[in-house]
Amino acid sequence: MRLGTVLPIAIFAALAVALGVGLTLNPREIPSALIDKPVPEFDLPPVAGKPLGLASRDLKAGEVALVNVFASWCVACREEHPLLMELARTKRVAVHGLNYKDAPSDAQRWLAEWGDPYARAGADRSGRVGIDFGVYGVPETFVVDGHGRIVLKHIGPIMPADLETKILPAVAKARAQR
Amino acid sequence: MRRIARALWIAFAVLAAVPAFALGVDPPLPDPGQEARAIEIHKALRCLVCQNQSIHDSNAGLAVDLRRIVRERIQAGDDDAQVVGYVVARYGDWVLLKPPLNVKTALLWGAPAILILLGIVTVRSFHRRNRALAAATPTPLSTHERKRLERLIGEDAP
Repeated sequence: MRLGTVLPIAIFAALAVALGVGLTLNPREIPSALIDKPVPEFDLPPVAGKPLGLASRDLKAGEVALVNVFASWCVACREEHPLLMELARTKRVAVHGLNYKDAPSDAQRWLAEWGDPYARAGADRSGRVGIDFGVYGVPETFVVDGHGRIVLKHIGPIMPADLETKILPAVAKARAQR
Repeated sequence: MRRIARALWIAFAVLAAVPAFALGVDPPLPDPGQEARAIEIHKALRCLVCQNQSIHDSNAGLAVDLRRIVRERIQAGDDDAQVVGYVVARYGDWVLLKPPLNVKTALLWGAPAILILLGIVTVRSFHRRNRALAAATPTPLSTHERKRLERLIGEDAP
């Protein structure tokens, strides 16, 4: 076969594969600029009705933890909530909450109604800490190693498969590296 | 009658102007020069919620917050690059509507030049082949072919 015959077919095949892969990607998932970077400096008061707020120093205390960005107005947050409750119950990993742009009474009622999986939960009423974390769509979940370094960001509700294939392996890896 | 018409015109003008208020709901900076810089930066930053709009064009909550932050940074004395850097540090190069030239985007920026070069090479090779074909002297017909040709022409002749 001559090059003139093979080349167009090869170019077409390469394009088809590249574009085909592109179709399976989720355009909503924007790579985080904060992976492998330290968490932003912050110190948030607790969500109404909870004793412990959340600050960057809490994420540097040596324990690998999840930081889950949630809000009472966020519908998808309810989807992942049973999974977080399960994590809190089985204590497989510590879960902290970042309550993003929420009214205190709404957040309190939401946690009372659906359950409270959070060891600590900071109230980010203005959304500034969320922006420092690069949050653009709630829910988002960060895996933070014990030294306050972000090792993974999950965008959207956590599905059981995400937990098993992405989040818990990242937790295990961060623990192993300590 | 004329007065009613005028009242209607005024009412129409006011209503028509309402969409203009929909954007720029946030309070502008007191210094017009700084405000103009803020608007230019807003236009260059992508809204992360609505993806194909700039934060200038979007009224998503996050876009409003980011507009406010840009104004704050400008008032704090940051230059344009510092303000953009502040947002990029949090959201990555993705927020820039005009992607920067770096290793990851080299192919993106280089693609037009590569495609034009490929096109030139293709067109030239076609051209060269055509010319070679046109210039080549055809092999003379064999006696058998010539006879057949004469017969065909002879048949067609009236």
